[in-house]
Amino acid sequence: MSENPDPVRGGDGFAAASFEIVRREDFSDVTYLLEIRHPRMAKAAKPGQFVIVMEHDHGERIPLTLADFDPERGTVTLVVQAVGKTTREMQARCQVGTSLHALVGPMGNPSRIEDARKVVCVGGGLGVAPVYPQARGYKQSGAYVIGVIGFRSKELMFWEDKFRSVCDEFIVCTDDGSEGIKGVVTAGIEEALAQHSDIDEVVAIGPPIMMKFCAKTTRPHGIRTVVSLNPVMVDGTGMCGGCRVKVGDQVKFACVDGPEFDAHAVDFDDLIARLRRFTRSETAALERWQESCRVAAG
Amino acid sequence: MQEQDPQVRATNFAEVACGYTLEEAMREAERCLFCPDEPCIPGCPVEIDIPEFILKITEKSLHGAYETITDTNLLPAICGRVCPQESQCEGVCVVGDTLEPVAIGRLERFIGDMAIAEGWESVPYIEPSGFRVAIVGSGPAGIACAAEMAKCGCDVTVYEAFHEPGGVLKYGIPDFRLPNEVIDAEIEKLRQLGVTFEPNTLVGRLFTVEELVTEMGYHAVFIGTGAGAPSFMGIPGESLAGVLSANELLTRCNLMRARDFPEYDTPLQMGTRVAVVGAGNTAMDAMRVCLRLGAGTVCCVYRRMRNEAPARAEEVQHAEEEGIEFHWLTTPVEILGDEDNDVRAIRCQRMELGEPDESGRGRPVPVPGSEFEMDIDMVVYAIGTKANPILGQTSSLRLDERGYIVTDESLATSIAGVWAGGDIVTGAATVIEAMGAGRRVASEMKAYLGLRDTDVVYHPERRGSAGKRFGIDVDEHDYVRVTA
Ligand SMILES: Cc1cc2nc3c(=O)[nH]c(=O)nc-3n(C[C@H](O)[C@H](O)[C@H](O)COP(=O)(O)OP(=O)(O)OC[C@H]3O[C@@H](n4cnc5c(N)ncnc54)[C@H](O)[C@@H]3O)c2cc1C
Ligand SMILES: Cc1cc2nc3c(=O)[nH]c(=O)nc-3n(C[C@H](O)[C@H](O)[C@H](O)COP(=O)(O)OP(=O)(O)OC[C@H]3O[C@@H](n4cnc5c(N)ncnc54)[C@H](O)[C@@H]3O)c2cc1C
Ligand code: SF4
Ligand code: SF4
Ligand code: FES
Repeated sequence: MSENPDPVRGGDGFAAASFEIVRREDFSDVTYLLEIRHPRMAKAAKPGQFVIVMEHDHGERIPLTLADFDPERGTVTLVVQAVGKTTREMQARCQVGTSLHALVGPMGNPSRIEDARKVVCVGGGLGVAPVYPQARGYKQSGAYVIGVIGFRSKELMFWEDKFRSVCDEFIVCTDDGSEGIKGVVTAGIEEALAQHSDIDEVVAIGPPIMMKFCAKTTRPHGIRTVVSLNPVMVDGTGMCGGCRVKVGDQVKFACVDGPEFDAHAVDFDDLIARLRRFTRSETAALERWQESCRVAAG
Repeated sequence: MQEQDPQVRATNFAEVACGYTLEEAMREAERCLFCPDEPCIPGCPVEIDIPEFILKITEKSLHGAYETITDTNLLPAICGRVCPQESQCEGVCVVGDTLEPVAIGRLERFIGDMAIAEGWESVPYIEPSGFRVAIVGSGPAGIACAAEMAKCGCDVTVYEAFHEPGGVLKYGIPDFRLPNEVIDAEIEKLRQLGVTFEPNTLVGRLFTVEELVTEMGYHAVFIGTGAGAPSFMGIPGESLAGVLSANELLTRCNLMRARDFPEYDTPLQMGTRVAVVGAGNTAMDAMRVCLRLGAGTVCCVYRRMRNEAPARAEEVQHAEEEGIEFHWLTTPVEILGDEDNDVRAIRCQRMELGEPDESGRGRPVPVPGSEFEMDIDMVVYAIGTKANPILGQTSSLRLDERGYIVTDESLATSIAGVWAGGDIVTGAATVIEAMGAGRRVASEMKAYLGLRDTDVVYHPERRGSAGKRFGIDVDEHDYVRVTA
């Protein structure tokens, strides 16, 4: 066979061991960062896109937003919150030197970065990670970027410096007031809106309920507001329809039509209700897994 | 052919049809009349020399029968199982005029299974041609094209978005119809031909179709991405928790192995009273999967009549035997939920068939005042699929108004060096048609690359026999070597 002039990933294809974790960082006991080698994806990735990961061959396919990507290092970065079986198991098993069973992406439409001149980028909790590439994208395109981040308390904060470095203004909100404004991110948005009358766009990423309230906050001002939706996904390629969301009077597939949508048109209650589709199985899976960990630990 | 008892099989995922024994196959083969005008051959989309392979079975030359079949169809174990034979080869079999037609599909499966069990292969002498070919999508269309190009010496890479190759064969068609081992065995044969599989690769997003022919340096590209996007009806209640597409159900069950939850992590919550909308192969598969996953009752809701159901006849019959209720001439108009956002019932309407429509079948029209409710707690849509949007979003490929890739008669797309075939061109069709398209493109690619269009399979027993295949003398065909 002839030489492969463009090995997609290091010559011998996607051998199972090739989605190698090269760096891990723990931000708190529930949030961790994984940096994974995938040169081709690092080159292709754009802000707003996501990947689908399988930790092992019996695992579930779970979507995670690209929190960073570095074409030079040839790596992509994910920030994960341990909420259920899969994300906790990954927390326990994904160490530097180990590999993921599957990693596919980048998926979804990239964010539209070009036109806005002054933007507010809002990250709630874990949402700080996925909104970071967009803040950086806006900064690189010459926009004036106001960062708003919100956490329950100071101890849970991460990437504050990294985020701040791409922002012209930076507002921190904590629920308990241990840092910055005491309150949720909408308080930060209100403050930004009060100080600037010429904001073109607000980008908000975080839990659905937070995005719902961000939309509510900006609606009276008529400012274009973009959110990144996170419905349950299977394939991420538009093939199962599990990720369908209501946007205006249309049904959209978040994985191929999104994941970003006009916040003022999104039916958040529908999204929140659909996220509970598998609660029973998820609880069962988590309990079973925790039980097996206890047994293993003696 | 032996089948598992309906009561037993409705609780397991083992194959329904057990396959012929040698004696059964010989007996069935004897029924063929070896019609001189070979009416069954044009009935097969890839024109397998049916009388020839059946003759070889009667002569107990099973390896010979395998080579006859694999001249045109690489995956007999698969097609023998899933082709809609009644509307293809067996539909035109002369014996069928008065009796049951010769069971061509089952004989083909018998040979295909035998080949897997015995490890037969038709790996030819391959001389590298120096050309590199990329295939996008590992369904039957992509597999067929990959095999042909590998056989004539090209360095072939198949890109697949999922973590495992096989397309609908893997994620859609359940094990009780087409066991995963059969697909894996066929994929393994492709690997032996030197084909490289690159799963976890979403073409369009990781790199574009254009990049394949430019910076990645492929000499020819085939797109076989299928028509995977599920349709919904747009009636009220579709976002309730118990409403999903058959694709989601089948992917969770087959590819992600939700049927073995919690050993496998992917969940699939089964209803107790399931309604499946539609009556194609996908609907039959969805219903029978639900039964096997423990649904109490499963019913089919279809707006036309049984004889208009698009599924293979055998599948409808199997579904009936397994206890599926059929509501013909019925269509849902609303899905009703409870306070927990779960499905509680569906409201349906009776239909009657009016004037024939474009498809030649009676157009279903609602009967006024015929609405009624059914107690249902899970609704599965199997009402057809649409073109996947990703390549359209990310390339300059010309698409038609419904999003399918536009090709000319030679299946060439609007980008030079790029062909497309299978469901992404025709809309949802059949496995063998997709494979036929993959082969046709392979022959176009060979012409484009200046490669001799012929198989290089070595057939010692055919030496000296007369006849032409692909317009080339069989004798020559056996000895030709492909050169760049
Ligand atoms: C586009 C997108 C981007 C995301 N980005 C991130 C990210 O950057 N970091 C992060 O920590 N999380 C992200 N998520 C959410 C993440 O996918 C879920 O937290 C994860 O799937 C939970 O799996 P689990 O088994 O640990 O928990 P489970 O116990 O299975 O579920 C916990 C919750 O996660 C949701 N969930 C479960 N399965 C899926 C699924 N297959 N797809 C989507 N949601 C699911 C459920 O609504 C459930 O309430 C993203 C989701 C989407 C759709
Ligand atoms: C449930 C079900 C049952 C069926 N039963 C029968 C039957 O009994 N008999 C019969 O003849 N036919 C049957 N069919 C139809 C038949 O399976 C299809 O016609 C056939 O599989 C089409 O083949 P294909 O190669 O065009 O595409 P597919 O089999 O759909 O394969 C396409 C592949 O491309 C991949 N892909 C898509 N986009 C990308 C991308 N951008 N990058 C990389 N990869 C990509 C997909 O993941 C998929 O694996 C059935 C279909 C279904 C859904
Ligand atoms: S490939 Fe299908 S149509 Fe052709 S002979 Fe075999 S079963 Fe019949
Ligand atoms: S039409 Fe039927 S009987 Fe005649 S050759 Fe074909 S399979 Fe045999
Ligand atoms: S995740 Fe399957 S269609 Fe979006």
